[in-house]
Amino acid sequence: MRYLARRALWTVTALLGVSVLIFLLVRLLPGNIVDIIAGTEGQLTADQRVQVLREFGLDKPLPAQYFLWLGNMFQGNFGWSFRSGQPVAVLLASRLPITVELAVLAILGVAVLGVPLGVAASVSRSLRLRTLVQIVGVLGLSLPSFWIAILLMIAASYLLGWMPALIYVSPLADPWVNLQQMFLPVSSLALGLSAVVMRMTRSSMLEVLGQDFIKVARAKGLPALAVLLRHALRNALIPIVTILGLQTGFLLGGVVITEQIFGLPGLGWTLLNGVYQRDYPVVQGTVMLFAITFVLINLLVDLLYTYLDPRIRYD
Amino acid sequence: MTDTSTTPKIAALSRRLDRTDSTRPRFLRSVRETPVALIGAALVGSVILVALSAPVLAPHDPVAQIAQPLLPPGSGFLAGTDEFGRDELSRLIWGARVSLYVGMLAVLIALTLGATSGVLAGFFGGLVDDVTMRVMDIILSLPALVLAISITAILGPSLTNVMIAVGLVYAPTFARVARGPTLAVVRVPYIEAARAIGASSGRIIARHVVPNVAAPILIQTTVSLSTAILTEAALSFLGLGTQPPTASWGLMLSASRQYMLIDPWIAILPGLAIAVTVLGFNLLGDGLRDVLDPKIRPL
Repeated sequence: MRYLARRALWTVTALLGVSVLIFLLVRLLPGNIVDIIAGTEGQLTADQRVQVLREFGLDKPLPAQYFLWLGNMFQGNFGWSFRSGQPVAVLLASRLPITVELAVLAILGVAVLGVPLGVAASVSRSLRLRTLVQIVGVLGLSLPSFWIAILLMIAASYLLGWMPALIYVSPLADPWVNLQQMFLPVSSLALGLSAVVMRMTRSSMLEVLGQDFIKVARAKGLPALAVLLRHALRNALIPIVTILGLQTGFLLGGVVITEQIFGLPGLGWTLLNGVYQRDYPVVQGTVMLFAITFVLINLLVDLLYTYLDPRIRYD
Repeated sequence: MTDTSTTPKIAALSRRLDRTDSTRPRFLRSVRETPVALIGAALVGSVILVALSAPVLAPHDPVAQIAQPLLPPGSGFLAGTDEFGRDELSRLIWGARVSLYVGMLAVLIALTLGATSGVLAGFFGGLVDDVTMRVMDIILSLPALVLAISITAILGPSLTNVMIAVGLVYAPTFARVARGPTLAVVRVPYIEAARAIGASSGRIIARHVVPNVAAPILIQTTVSLSTAILTEAALSFLGLGTQPPTASWGLMLSASRQYMLIDPWIAILPGLAIAVTVLGFNLLGDGLRDVLDPKIRPL
């Protein structure tokens, strides 16, 4: 319990740190924020300028501005978009499900593809297989996901003559069309990571398979598959879960590009459009939401450890 | 009965001793046993060679529009032409320069900032350690690409700013890698001995800490080169990095999206170039880890 409290406290501290970082980053912006807000229309009189500053609370000293922003965020108010005037919180709430769907499907794909392949590869200890698995694993780290995405699109349209619908369809409106649309983006994210997880699974399995209790399990006549799955895999899962958790950060970054390529209006797409249009409240809000998601996932991975291995006690 | 708490220390010490005795021959033998490192070194070596000899190797000016756009490979141009009728091969060759240049300087920034603060944090401990590592943890609370996008958005898109962004984003990793071995080495009796005979902190760090941190930092540098190159490509792909008309692989890949169904080659080749380079650094880093890190034995 004590550990949990400390861990939760640190999570909050880290997020506060991130909020300061984001706030300062946006305040470092070159150029006058008023000109950015006013956009290309520009040309404001001195009076109008002051009015805009006051309207956005930009006439107050920096610390006051920060605490105002923070306090508003705690109340679910992320500010308003410079461009559309829409509340950022509403915008983000409508984008988040798309990114979550993409990320969850991708992690599922990685688990379904990477873990079984790794277990299968752990049956043999040959040096040649080790080298092959190592190279494929590193390949997964090296192929840019945006390149895989482009290759998949070329392959789909040349070989299958198939292109999914371009305008995003919600799974609630039409699950089948949505799934078709998600297939290529999810694959482009999952393929590379699966290779990494496969390699990790294999080496983690080999370590467990070398231990005494596996010999005992075999000696008492359990079928090979039961030994492999029930005894070895269960114990090999911790490093696998760790790597899956760590890769989520990688995945959240990958999501930004994937959404851009496939025109999926999720968080990454929102972040980039905010950046392109210099819509800073949107950028601030999106980056903050990315940080919250990322930190919470890391917390979750830590908590999963105790579930997977009751020997781990954090106090 | 032996005192169990000292056994690991003795084991570690004896490992360190026989490493200093025969570092070179064992290192070379391990490299021969690890084909992966050799493949990586060969890939990295060829990319560096291509980058260095770009002015000689490239058949055309990489930004000159000299032919019909979107010619397929082989039609007088070995790799065809891009959407502006520029020679694709020359652009790929010059692109190697941009990738390596940005990657190396970015990693240099990350290494200088990260390793220095990691060593200092581990060496001085206490408040210095707490503050430094908490700041690093905060930077690590954001997905790397998201932070890099935010930084380039603030600084404005350019080659230099990409280097700064990538350097800042990856500094915490170096800090963590450098801090661990530093923490381990300051507790070893010979550091106490060095202090007792009046060696200054600077001298202890230079003579005793740095050599112990060097191997993990070398591995991290190699691996970081791959991530830095990948991040530069991603940022340029998103229009936040290298600006046209400079030949950059990420930028070329981005431009190809509009034409990939007419001429798939301009989408395939730049990605292949990124993949080969990044793969080279990753394999090299991986192989170095097998060789230099005695904790991880190849399975």
